[in-house]
Amino acid sequence: MGAGFRRYSTYRQATIAGAFTNTVFGFLRCYVLLAVVAGAGTATVGGYDAARLATFVWFGQGLLAVVLLWGWTELADRIRTGDVVADLLRPVDPVTRYLATDLGRAGHAAVTRLVPPVLTGPLFFPFYVPHRWTTVPLFVVSVVLATVLCFGCRYLVNATGYWLLDIRGPMILWALVSGVLGGLYFPLRFLPDALVVPLWVLTPLPSLFQTPLDIMVEIDSTPRQLWLVALQAAWVALVLVLCRVVQRRAERRLVVQGG
Amino acid sequence: MMTVIAAHGLRKEFTVRVKVGWLRRDRRTVAAVDGVDLAIERGEMVGYIGPNGAGKSTTLKMLTGVLTPTAGQISVCGFSPVRQRTRLARRIGVVFGQRSQLWWDLPLRESFDLLRHIYRVPPAEHAVRLRRCRSLLDLDEFLDTPVRQLSLGQRMRGELTAALLHGPEVLFLDEPTIGLDVVSKQAVRGFLAELGATGDVTLMLTTHDLADIEKLCRRLLVIDHGRVVHDGTIEALHARYGSRRRVVVELESPEAPPEVPGATLTVVSPLRFEYDLTGATAGELLVRLAGLPIRDVSIVEPDIEDVVARLYTGVPVTDAP
Repeated sequence: MGAGFRRYSTYRQATIAGAFTNTVFGFLRCYVLLAVVAGAGTATVGGYDAARLATFVWFGQGLLAVVLLWGWTELADRIRTGDVVADLLRPVDPVTRYLATDLGRAGHAAVTRLVPPVLTGPLFFPFYVPHRWTTVPLFVVSVVLATVLCFGCRYLVNATGYWLLDIRGPMILWALVSGVLGGLYFPLRFLPDALVVPLWVLTPLPSLFQTPLDIMVEIDSTPRQLWLVALQAAWVALVLVLCRVVQRRAERRLVVQGG
Repeated sequence: MMTVIAAHGLRKEFTVRVKVGWLRRDRRTVAAVDGVDLAIERGEMVGYIGPNGAGKSTTLKMLTGVLTPTAGQISVCGFSPVRQRTRLARRIGVVFGQRSQLWWDLPLRESFDLLRHIYRVPPAEHAVRLRRCRSLLDLDEFLDTPVRQLSLGQRMRGELTAALLHGPEVLFLDEPTIGLDVVSKQAVRGFLAELGATGDVTLMLTTHDLADIEKLCRRLLVIDHGRVVHDGTIEALHARYGSRRRVVVELESPEAPPEVPGATLTVVSPLRFEYDLTGATAGELLVRLAGLPIRDVSIVEPDIEDVVARLYTGVPVTDAP
């Protein structure tokens, strides 16, 4: 975990550039979504008022780099070049080792990438401050679970490289689906319940992004928040087991590229 | 003696798809390793050589548990490598000359520290081993440089250290001197020789640089087309492939060279001729040449590269001695 933190802290300029970009896009998304609420002519849309929506956007902009929906191809790159051999020669299971590194990376991102947008947003937009004391600890747990879950999903997408070598196809599909159905582009509750409920229960996607943000803006009651976190935990368990199974199968048919 | 590495009937097949016609592709099975038997004792230093594509690296990857064999049994340090890969990893060290096991973004010092945590090495033990590697491999000047900025020779010294910090019983080295300059090669060889001299570490080394083998390994395994074609000392290899010592004689003035029993004569020029020693000793030959106006005599030892080149280019030998 320390390695992940240390590795990502090497690239200071990239961190600053990333935080700046997230903040700029925060303004764009915030204005667009506030215009939606204003255009709807009602005080709330899908349970979000203007303050909740702005908070959703700014926390979302910060969370993007913590959860890291896209842009992780380390495993796939190492499969393609054959360097994955070094991972298999360590006395630790590759899934465990990559997860630990990813949590270190997420820790670094939580400090450097989550904080700037979250501090910038309230200066220019209305902001929703949680009313219940349980919300913040639940949010933290939910972010950790979302990070692990997202790692698992990314690992599975990368692991297709064991079979395909080039993962650009699965990666583009993942970026598209996770962004739209994870709740990055718009709050999923804008969609009809008949669509949202199955999406939430039958896929891990809303648990990646929408769940922690909804917890932060207290869209639901505490018991329902707890239920959503439990659902996240269940998805984490399932996806991590799947990662182990896929990794085992891959190792059995592994061909090391490049001799 | 204790057998540390044992393999019996080791085989690895790969499937290759070959294009046939416009759309059809045929699947063909190629055996990269085809029935290799090995038994390496504790403390041995074994050179594992063969032409490109002979199956050297594939064998090493199976012995370390990275690749699953198609058939055969393996035991390394008493473990079954594929099934017990992570447990075996604590007992072995591996260096692949063409790949890096270090962290690209981190300085060597931090990579080593991370390895201490990954392998759960007590700090005191780690410090002792690191100190030894630092002095023997001259690591100090680049210990704080990120791995991505190291030269190949520096990185390889780092890789060797990384493979040894957890005190492995067996060290697998796949072309550890590839692409290195003379000084770095000597540093690596010197280090490995010192390591081998302790007798605690078993070393299996693949290389194309036969000087590595001559300097380090008493025992030589030659693999070709996935099968072991020689297992024995370098001297045995010379004997088997008819390598001869050669005596080169240069004269002051032209003179007919005498025929000597047990030596084959080749006249290069009126002032220079050579004898291949087929039974006679160099001393016996020189006695017979005593009356000639000799300007210079040199004795040329058989070159292992010639022997191996003949072995590689010849018809595959199917019977191991």
